[in-house]
Amino acid sequence: MGERQVEFRNVSFRYQEDMPWVLKDVSFTIGPDEWVAIIGHNGSGKSTIAKLMNGLLFPQEGEILVDGIRVNQETVWDVRKQVGMVFQNPDNQFVGTTVRDDVAFGMENHGMPRELMVKRIEESLSAVGMQEYKIHEPHRLSGGQKQRVAIASILAVSPEFIILDEATAMLDPKGRKEIMQTIHGVQKERDLSLITITHDLHEVTQASRVIVMNQGEVWMQGTPREVFSRKEHVIEIGLDTPFISKLADHLKAEGVSLAREPLNHQELLEELWTLRSTM
Amino acid sequence: MDITFDHVSYVYQPNSPFEHRALNDLSFSVKSGSFVAVIGHTGSGKSTLIQHLNGLLQPTEGKVQIGDYVLEAEGKNKRLRDLRESVGVVFQYPEHQLFEETVAKDIAFGPQNFGVENKEIEKRTREAVKATGLPEDLLNRSPFDLSGGQMRRVAISGVLAMNPKVLVLDEPTAGLDPSGQKEIMSMFSRLHREKGLTTILVTHSMEDALAYADHIIIMNHGELYSEGTPLEIFQQQKALEDVQLDIPEVIAFISEVRKRLNIDLEYKGQTIAELAKELAHKVRGGGDHE
Amino acid sequence: MSSSLIIGQYIPTDSVVHRLDPRSKIAIIFFYVVIVFFANSVMSYGVLALFAVGSAILSKVPLSYIMKGLKPVWFLIIFTFFLHIFVTRDGAVAFSIFGWDVYWEGLIQGGAISLRFFLLILVTSLLTLTTTPIEITDAIEELLGPLKKVKFPVHELALMMSISLRFIPTLMQETEKISKAQASRGVDLRTGSFKDRMKAVVPLLVPLFVSAFKRAEELAMAMEARGYQGGEGRTKLRELSIGKSDVMLYIVFVLLIIALFLTRS
Repeated sequence: MGERQVEFRNVSFRYQEDMPWVLKDVSFTIGPDEWVAIIGHNGSGKSTIAKLMNGLLFPQEGEILVDGIRVNQETVWDVRKQVGMVFQNPDNQFVGTTVRDDVAFGMENHGMPRELMVKRIEESLSAVGMQEYKIHEPHRLSGGQKQRVAIASILAVSPEFIILDEATAMLDPKGRKEIMQTIHGVQKERDLSLITITHDLHEVTQASRVIVMNQGEVWMQGTPREVFSRKEHVIEIGLDTPFISKLADHLKAEGVSLAREPLNHQELLEELWTLRSTM
Repeated sequence: MDITFDHVSYVYQPNSPFEHRALNDLSFSVKSGSFVAVIGHTGSGKSTLIQHLNGLLQPTEGKVQIGDYVLEAEGKNKRLRDLRESVGVVFQYPEHQLFEETVAKDIAFGPQNFGVENKEIEKRTREAVKATGLPEDLLNRSPFDLSGGQMRRVAISGVLAMNPKVLVLDEPTAGLDPSGQKEIMSMFSRLHREKGLTTILVTHSMEDALAYADHIIIMNHGELYSEGTPLEIFQQQKALEDVQLDIPEVIAFISEVRKRLNIDLEYKGQTIAELAKELAHKVRGGGDHE
Repeated sequence: MSSSLIIGQYIPTDSVVHRLDPRSKIAIIFFYVVIVFFANSVMSYGVLALFAVGSAILSKVPLSYIMKGLKPVWFLIIFTFFLHIFVTRDGAVAFSIFGWDVYWEGLIQGGAISLRFFLLILVTSLLTLTTTPIEITDAIEELLGPLKKVKFPVHELALMMSISLRFIPTLMQETEKISKAQASRGVDLRTGSFKDRMKAVVPLLVPLFVSAFKRAEELAMAMEARGYQGGEGRTKLRELSIGKSDVMLYIVFVLLIIALFLTRS
């Protein structure tokens, strides 16, 4: 057993021989307790990365190591125990006829004993605040609630990595908030790494690291502050930047000097407050 | 076309254990040519509301008037076909309604049902794909071979080809990436102006409501909670919080600036650049230092 | 939201009948269906009817609801009765009506067959009224268990059934959504000739299939990502267990069989 990390080593992938590469020579490492956001256009290869990590696809070139183990046909079932995945469409990943059946599904697949399942269902449903809904049927739940169940069902298997592949894209703002709160809580309480694939800039600013993908290649990576302070690179590939980051740029153009790239309202307000009181 | 809701209520599955009052005594009116955003939580009655606009639903009580079409609780509501031709509805994830062999045939489906002549349909099809930014050589392809974003544009083209006077948009950008969202919204905004449409936009995005609408209707529990211009609506921060709705980021930021920095700053539709200029000036002490 | 088709029309009245192991219920109904054909006297029919009606009462499902559920088959029951009266030409004439002789044998035969029919329908509908579809699926998986030895895909079959159950409401909502979208594009399913209406079904069915396939594909991927690799080595959360009331049911049923054979003529 190697150390707890996911490593991409010069990974290239395409769906078919005669088709263009979806990923080209991609390398990065995701360590324990990290929250990595992967952003990029549709078609930049973000979702392919997620599927490769979980062994739903295998690369033509390079290798992917989960905890030092190479992901291939033989190891894939062990890898899937360590790497959980939440998909975009809340309906199309809900397997069980009720909430508790759905949470149990993954555990049943891994052959866990029944007593442990019952215990884990309780634990993971309360971790996502859905303990009241154990016997609810999926069509009586909102999209956000279904996604929380999806997260619970992954927590129940207690993986080291959770990938959220645009898990909030189909939700309303309330559902999005629910999911973000859930993720924050889970990350704090459990010992795991998060990988969120997203278009939502708010989500991105909360991550500990950002990987920007463009046309199948890693365009840039760094902390959110690093990425957005070099925003000309981000804009160059047609991605948007947060409102606060844009405003900070215009303020700088007006001659207001800011000590660092603000990531949220609070940070910019602090800077402005300091400036104002020293004027 | 002017739209009027006159004390409209709608009840799903009346007299059953599943009875549900989705709209309750709803009255409002929309002037012809305006761009109205309908906002509110999931379950607030927005989608029931828009289904009254082309007669998919008929009020349980009250009266809906769209131009000179009248939908009444007890009435027979005969001219539904004409109404549906005049009111184009782009549903959520409209690409799910595609079914024809080719893009061209799918776009032609609506106008054909309404008996439009072939020559006219061809003309409209070309206009529609141009408006939605689809290359014309896609017309003979199967819609199912296209990307998600392109499929959405095909579906929207199919509604535009009906030449509607009223365009109803139910979260037309849901699930698209940010650049796709922007393109689609600015396209609708352009069409609204160029064709003199009456546009009803159902959205969860306060940013879009602020950017594109000239009138906002807030729904809550099937009732009209509030209505007004975007500036009026978004100034009532407390009222919005009470129904758990956000305010656009720029307005939220300005109100934080007022509180934290004690600077008198108002949102009156400034661009980010204008706002930065004003803010820079006031931070430097130009203005109301206490 | 307006569609309210309830598959199997389960009524959660939480009675002793509801709490029985679904395997017991299915097995007992199977044997009941068999022994119904052994009844041949008024008394033996009475014994069988007592069991069926007794179970119905114990289930706490309102009798009016059960009767309403039987509505579509009443016609069949009555039809069967008259068919026998008209066709049977044996034994003594009971009475004549409009110049048509009705024989005792016909009356008895018709009555017996109709009663049998009624009892069978009553007992089987009690199963769906008191057992959730997923419980029935579980029971079928268990009862068919031995067939695994001959490579019959029992687990897959049960999984298919439970996924179908799970997706029925989703697909119904989808159907409604698509039909509204097409109605907005001028499709009219209510008027027009039969041919026109059949044509109007295509714009509904094609998108429905496309979406169902897409769902299936995504669901398969999600299941795989969650470690699904077939029935082998899999444990189960849902467990069926035989309880005291099940044992009671068996005893009552054995007594029923004894009573049935004692009352046969």
